[in-house]
Amino acid sequence: MSNQKEIKNLKSFSTAAERFEGAHVLCPGCAHSIIVREILNATNDNLVVSAATGCLEVCTAIYPHTSWDCSWIHIGFENASTAVAGAESMHKALKRKGRLDPNQKDPKFVAFGGDGATYDIGFQWISGCFERGHDMMYVCLDNEVYANTGGQRSSSTPIGASATTSPAGSTSYGEKKNKKDMLAIMAAHGAPYVAQVAPNKWKDMVKKIQTGFATEGPVFINAMSACTTEWKFPMHKTVEASDLAVDSLVFPLYEIINGTELNITYRPKNVIPVRDYLAFQPRFKHLFKPQYEYIIDEWQKRVDAKWDYLQRREEARV
Amino acid sequence: MNKKIMELDTVEVWDGNMAAAQAFRQADIDVVAAYPITPSTPTVENYAGFHANGFIDGEFVMVESEHAAMSACVGAAAAGGRVATATSSQGFALMIEVLYQASGMRLPITLMQVNRALAAPLNVNGDHSDMYLGRDSGWINICSFSPQEVYDMTLCSFKIGEHLDVRLPVIVNQDGFMCSHTAQNVNVLDDKTACDFVGAYKAVNSMLDFSKPVTHGVQTEENWHFEHKAKQHSALMGSTKVIDEVFAEFEQLTGRKYNRVETYKLEDAEVVIVALGTTYESAQIAADQMRNEGIKAGIIAPRVIRPFPLEELASALQNVKAIACMDRSAPGGTVGMLFNEVSGALFNTPARPVMSNIIYGLGGRDMTIAILCDIYRELDKDAKSGKRNGPLQRFVGVRGPELGFYNV
Repeated sequence: MSNQKEIKNLKSFSTAAERFEGAHVLCPGCAHSIIVREILNATNDNLVVSAATGCLEVCTAIYPHTSWDCSWIHIGFENASTAVAGAESMHKALKRKGRLDPNQKDPKFVAFGGDGATYDIGFQWISGCFERGHDMMYVCLDNEVYANTGGQRSSSTPIGASATTSPAGSTSYGEKKNKKDMLAIMAAHGAPYVAQVAPNKWKDMVKKIQTGFATEGPVFINAMSACTTEWKFPMHKTVEASDLAVDSLVFPLYEIINGTELNITYRPKNVIPVRDYLAFQPRFKHLFKPQYEYIIDEWQKRVDAKWDYLQRREEARV
Repeated sequence: MNKKIMELDTVEVWDGNMAAAQAFRQADIDVVAAYPITPSTPTVENYAGFHANGFIDGEFVMVESEHAAMSACVGAAAAGGRVATATSSQGFALMIEVLYQASGMRLPITLMQVNRALAAPLNVNGDHSDMYLGRDSGWINICSFSPQEVYDMTLCSFKIGEHLDVRLPVIVNQDGFMCSHTAQNVNVLDDKTACDFVGAYKAVNSMLDFSKPVTHGVQTEENWHFEHKAKQHSALMGSTKVIDEVFAEFEQLTGRKYNRVETYKLEDAEVVIVALGTTYESAQIAADQMRNEGIKAGIIAPRVIRPFPLEELASALQNVKAIACMDRSAPGGTVGMLFNEVSGALFNTPARPVMSNIIYGLGGRDMTIAILCDIYRELDKDAKSGKRNGPLQRFVGVRGPELGFYNV
């Protein structure tokens, strides 16, 4: 069982005891730090955390400093999931052998990776961990780009975004491929709980994180992480960018329990056009040239179709 | 110790893989994370069998690749318990990234490496190209030449790597098939004696100690990286003392004496073969035959190739006239590792033996007693004439015209 923190309001939540210290060198306005704080603050349990190579890792564990007041490990880019799975296995072994303090409550095992570490290079490792059923939570900090290395495309980069390895140019509208549907893939593993979250919808997010911590087995969280540096919006507008993402339904918020039971957890009162989401981010500015307007139209159709699909899945309970 | 004891005879007939698996079992490992690959597969299968029959109290995690195996080992080791895995060849190559991370993070892990050729062409048989691939990875690297030695060195590996003055991962090598699949008599310890010898695991900076949160695997750039690597190298170099102590303790327990440099009839030898793996045993038969022909033949083998026993090799080879360093790995455009390192060991010393480099046995090609005798005869010519009578590097046992390189 998890030792959940009682969270009454945003003020008490934001001033909760920190296990992720404010002293780090993430960009001002980076959503990663908001998400990580919200996750670590959602529980009183002891934590064993791993991080994949990426923005979060390079900005929070620069020797001789650390931002982490919890057990923490980084190995490489692709294996944050397996690092924490190894620790979880060790916990099982030592507990069975009676080598742990019997009064010590079971810790929670959490892995963080960016979308590069999750959708691309670490995909196999995550799949292996979920197939084996380790009791862990994998959190993808999804900013749709290799931000740590200066903005190269990943398989989470959406069609039409300009990234340094899929730049918009005189003959190109940027990234040519659609974002991979990672949540569906992880649900297809039969994971007991997967969910998409956004830090601006903090109540929804904390509820899902607490559900995740209370779930036995592998939990996958895809956290939309607006990137001021690579999405190129002003650093004080992270929450605004995030609001546009969820209110346009480009990032719908939902969960899937045991691979089948889908629940939409946030329904915008006023759904805004995808165009407004895109217009906020200069990474998409070339799409507003007349010859690429069709990309925006197609995107709107895809979002509408996905929303329709999610609602049908929710209703059908399959 | 595992709760369920396995009754063993004092002498068992085991191949190298069974010897490794039994040593793993007796060491009461907390987490084994592994992925099968020929020829190390039976190590993992045997261990899985022990687990399935209740002989293993720890966790046995069958992961989806060797990279994941070593990743899980690192995570498990950082969580504060005994960890091991086994692999070969391509699997070892896939692990390489994490091998450097394991040693850089100073995590004791035992890796049973059943040596096999690296592709291409794909080949499942024994050579030392995978052993050589890992030689700069910062792991202690120990060679075993028979199933008995596999068993002994595996038990020693935990005690060495986990020692508080060392805290480094350890590779134990054995020859694919020639050792791993060749059943021989193995003198074994009972479970309790073996487990007591290995001793209880001492956790350092455990991630499961929540009274003292630790950060593993930090970022360092030009300001701190060099100091970390320097300390790591110092620990690796300093491990020789612990290795010697563990070997001495093992000798007291079993009567079996191991050295960081093993020698055969070296005392009065004039011509010497340097070799690793099962070739060390074959060469002993050849050396005896040569001595019947009046050639003073000897053998030397660095049992521990990392930390490299440079001083011990140099002092052992001072009175030798000709040396053939036999490398069982494609040299990739230069001389073999043993040639380079043994020559380097001798360079600042008075000795000036005639040095040559033999490349042999790639992809499991047999090294016969007859060929070893020929090598000794060539060395004898070199010794008598005081110079090499052929190219510095020769490929032996390969079809086609004679192949040699370097004529300095």
